[in-house]
Amino acid sequence: MSPLEFHLPALQVAVPLLLAPIAVLMRPRGLAWAVATAASLMAFMVAIGLTQGVLAGESFRYAMGGWEAPYGIELRVDSFSALVLLVVTAASSLALLAGRASVDQAIETSRQPLFYSAWLLVLSGLVGILVSADAFNIFVFMEISSLASYVVVAGGTDRRALPAVFKYLIMGTIGATFYLIGVGLIYMMTGTLNLADMELRIHEVADQRPILVAAGFITVGLALKAAVFPLHVWLPNAYTYAPHAVSVFLAACATKVSLYVLLRFDFVVFQQNLLGHEFQFAAFLMPLAVLAILVGSAVALFESNIKRLLAYSSVAQIGYILLGASLVSLAGLSASLLHIFNHALAKGALFMAVMALAMRYSRLDLKHLAGAARNMPWTMAAFVVAGLSLIGVPGTAGFISKWYLVVAALEAGVLGYFLIGVIVVGSLMAVVYIWRIVEAAWFAPAVDESAVVREAPAMMLAVIWLTALANVYFGLATELPRELASGAAVSLLGLMP
Amino acid sequence: MQLLGIYYYWVFAVLLMIGFYAVIAKDNLVKKLIGLSIFQSAVFLLYITMGKVAGGTAPIYQDDIAGQLFSNPLPQVLILTAIVVGISTTALGLGIVVRIKEEYGSIEEQDIQEIDRR
Repeated sequence: MSPLEFHLPALQVAVPLLLAPIAVLMRPRGLAWAVATAASLMAFMVAIGLTQGVLAGESFRYAMGGWEAPYGIELRVDSFSALVLLVVTAASSLALLAGRASVDQAIETSRQPLFYSAWLLVLSGLVGILVSADAFNIFVFMEISSLASYVVVAGGTDRRALPAVFKYLIMGTIGATFYLIGVGLIYMMTGTLNLADMELRIHEVADQRPILVAAGFITVGLALKAAVFPLHVWLPNAYTYAPHAVSVFLAACATKVSLYVLLRFDFVVFQQNLLGHEFQFAAFLMPLAVLAILVGSAVALFESNIKRLLAYSSVAQIGYILLGASLVSLAGLSASLLHIFNHALAKGALFMAVMALAMRYSRLDLKHLAGAARNMPWTMAAFVVAGLSLIGVPGTAGFISKWYLVVAALEAGVLGYFLIGVIVVGSLMAVVYIWRIVEAAWFAPAVDESAVVREAPAMMLAVIWLTALANVYFGLATELPRELASGAAVSLLGLMP
Repeated sequence: MQLLGIYYYWVFAVLLMIGFYAVIAKDNLVKKLIGLSIFQSAVFLLYITMGKVAGGTAPIYQDDIAGQLFSNPLPQVLILTAIVVGISTTALGLGIVVRIKEEYGSIEEQDIQEIDRR
């Protein structure tokens, strides 16, 4: 391992974290954006480097400041973290590349350096959670990313963002504090904060009750942060009223990082150590996942604001991810991790297309967008491609993860047939709600024929198409995400590779 | 009297629930934030409590420490970080409340919902 490669886990966090204060100083117009984009792209490169290492079979363990685990803080990257790292850094880079014009429109020039700096802090918090192997360190990074994301969500011009952010802040803080209580209880019983060390020492704890309580607090706290139904109420408004570029970034990855911590804790720390945890985990989360799919999709059917519609669809998609995990099988978990990757691709592209529409249309209601495709055919064509991926049409990324999900459900016997029914119904509802937008944009007569609406800026359009085509690419060439997802599932379930 | 013997955990649980109640039940956004602060402080107390060793003294490195009993300093260090996080959350929350007051002219949740509905 070359010295640079050795330091990659630390660089992953350090690059965006150190460039965040520098972005504040970049007063001339456009410079702050350049710094943020450069930092984000560098983080993406680091993530690619880490992924290559992980695929080549290396394991990255980094003792921060030279203090060995379990005493010091350890950074650790395996295939699960590499998968989510790719998603987060790519989402941030693409959202920044595409979103410059949109941010220019939403935020006055003098405040842009602060906005981009907060953006970088969100990014560094999210990647920090992913590389860290220390329960308390994860809490600190979680709060860095949350506090910064409250700032970027409230950064736009829409005043309705403010009450939405307040709700997000209250619920996010309660979630993080629940997590903190859980970590405290585990520390009390085991005397360690390192996840790997925790796993070993929980065996030795005689009285399991505090650990059980901790499992409850951690699961509920993180479910709140991950917007698991019915704890999702903060999500739709926060996504809807956030600046459009922020919606692209957060919708693609913020909740997934909380899901990452949830799965890591439940599978690595608790699963093998608590009696009957496997059953409790499934019995608690599977009904919630089913409800999330059905209720989230059903609400999306009746939403008229397309950003809200997509936000409710996100609630449903989180349900799919949890459904796979709650099967507690190798196939189910791989499917769910694969869906983290594929859903980010689809939803990222969809929100980008919405961002392009918002450049030209002041209101994002279905009736105001009637006939939009005649003015912006390229944007809406990309929207259709990404929409097909969200639905799960063969040949797109969304199909792959839903296929694996169905295969995993088949292994579960009679219950599996019911779950397949839920997946099919959810997908059919997705067909309907995506179709409502497509119909309005392509087939409905325009409200005001005389209005001249131009196509979105070229840069934005290029990135939207790049993402939309990635949906097709990863629907055909599935090795990379599949290998990472199954590797991650194997290590989460504690099987020998 | 086993339940009273661990009264320090009762303090944690009661404070936690007082804070949680205020967050949920109060309509005024500032009162919600006060509740959130109480909620977080309860967790700080949980951590501080668990680090205390009966009869232990402050863990300061000095000569002649052989045979001395020390409290566990790690939870206190952790909670120092959590306090900073708590302060930032409260400050940011209050900042948002100020902006809400500027935009809506009220900090009562009901009023804001009504204004948005109009």
